[in-house]
Amino acid sequence: MVADPVRTATLRDAVGLGVAVGLYGAAFGAAAVGAGLSTWQAVAMSALMFTGASQFALVGVLAAGGGPAAAVGSALLLGTRNTVYGVRLAPVLMPRGRLRRAAAAHWVIDETTAMAVAAPDRELGRLAFRVTGATIYLGWNAMTLVGALGAGSLGETAQAALDSVVPAAFLALLWPRLRRGAPEAVAQRRVALGGAVVALALTPFVPAGLQVVLAVAAVALVGRRRTGTAT
Amino acid sequence: MSSGALWAVVLAGSVGCYLLKLAGLSVPAAWVQHPTVVRLVEFVPAALLAALVAVQAATSDGALVLDGRLVGLAVAALALALRAPFVVVLVLAGAAGALVHVVGA
Repeated sequence: MVADPVRTATLRDAVGLGVAVGLYGAAFGAAAVGAGLSTWQAVAMSALMFTGASQFALVGVLAAGGGPAAAVGSALLLGTRNTVYGVRLAPVLMPRGRLRRAAAAHWVIDETTAMAVAAPDRELGRLAFRVTGATIYLGWNAMTLVGALGAGSLGETAQAALDSVVPAAFLALLWPRLRRGAPEAVAQRRVALGGAVVALALTPFVPAGLQVVLAVAAVALVGRRRTGTAT
Repeated sequence: MSSGALWAVVLAGSVGCYLLKLAGLSVPAAWVQHPTVVRLVEFVPAALLAALVAVQAATSDGALVLDGRLVGLAVAALALALRAPFVVVLVLAGAAGALVHVVGA
């Protein structure tokens, strides 16, 4: 295998992301047990649901005293993101056969999509998807178990560090789209600003997690109308 | 909630989330190549990631909260502007957040 620099960079970013997200898995394990789930239920969620935002939303609703329908509903609402990602990933992955598609679907999440889509070509995109998916799946599940077992013993300072790492990770994924020289960087910046402002403005009024979905919908609607009148 | 009810919630949520993922990979290619869809998928990630950044950095339990996470985010932005590697960005942001917590407490 030729060690070309782009390939190396893709692998390095994938592993880095996996480690960072894995750390956050510990926070999920702790949160899940804190919300009343057993250790095995927390572990089963990470293995079977495997989409962090939905998992946090589900245990968040349970912790706040929400019922089963609200808990599942909030997870599904945030899960609709992954449908959009799947649409974006299909041309990159082009999984052959039902079985491969069914297998690939389980790893369609924020991070694998961002890594696969950011890769310079399809082959690297697939590699990024597989490596990121594998690293995050391992890290997320192992650390969920660690977090569930060690629930409550995570120090406040470690928690504060974790809380800062997550938004920074999303910003790092967003950054390349906004950088000068990126395709349509000005429009991307406007879209990003719109998404952030709408999400913050809705936060006090809608259930946790929903504001993200609504922000994306609002920005998409505005963008669509603008494109319609311009052409 | 009983253990059985919790298992039902966990499994129903998991199956639902999986089907949502699978649906994305399964829609016909013609839909994906429609200009509106192409346009949408080009810009949805920016809106989504920015919304996630904002919500995770500045809100807590349905309210706007300004704390060390914003300092961490500012440090991350600076590191990104200086083209620091991904892992370095995350470590610096985490360290900044922890530092604010220690100093503030």
